[in-house]
Amino acid sequence: MFKVLDIAGSAMNAQMVRLNTTASNMANADSVATTEAEAYRAKQPVFAALLQETANAAAGVQVTGIVESQAPVIKRYEPGNPMADADGYVFGSNVNEVEEMANMISASRSFQNNSEVFNTSKDLMMRTLQLGR
Amino acid sequence: MPLNFDTALGVHERALYTRAKRTEVLGANMANVDTPGYQARDLDFRAALDGAQQQNLSVSRTRSNHIQPDGGAAALEAQLKYRVPNQPSLDGNTVEMHIEQAQFADNAVRYQATLTFLGSKFSGLKDAITGGR
Repeated sequence: MFKVLDIAGSAMNAQMVRLNTTASNMANADSVATTEAEAYRAKQPVFAALLQETANAAAGVQVTGIVESQAPVIKRYEPGNPMADADGYVFGSNVNEVEEMANMISASRSFQNNSEVFNTSKDLMMRTLQLGR
Repeated sequence: MPLNFDTALGVHERALYTRAKRTEVLGANMANVDTPGYQARDLDFRAALDGAQQQNLSVSRTRSNHIQPDGGAAALEAQLKYRVPNQPSLDGNTVEMHIEQAQFADNAVRYQATLTFLGSKFSGLKDAITGGR
């Protein structure tokens, strides 16, 4: 029974990482850089099931890594920009705001769901402790 | 009548254990709602309970190299089935949140019902011990 708290906790942790990467992506949506290599690329967490060695029954979730989006970065002609290169171009980020908003809502809902699981399990455990009083 | 907790509490003790295990499995499904390729699982409760009760039969080890019986955990493992999704998703994940939520709520209520039954059993035993005073 205690395992369910770990599982819900691992899920809340993973969703929090996802929410953090979304926040970082949204914050840097309009960042510009002088070279293509320096441009901000959207970051996405990779989720994987965390199988427990003793019993395969219940698996939490872990973030195995954070990958950068391979979408092309935007090249804009802005000669007045102090970040512009010799030809007057700046390199914007490849963040897709619509995708990020959808990600944010999905992460927030999943977090709520798992905190609900956590609370219900905690209530059940508390009631079990009161058994026979 | 020799007072024995195995017989005094009836099926409810095993039922509580099986319900707790099912809470973990459903919690794991909900934790992995965003994990690509994760396949949702559930316990076949009736079969799991039957399996758990059979485990109650004592097993005698007559040789030292006989396998040690490991309680109900292995029996429960065998009753884990994969869910068939109504709407399979492209990333291979078969968790459907609304179904998991419904099953989790159902399981939580039945867990509490079992707790109530156990509580009544205990108060019955208490009454028998104190002579109803």
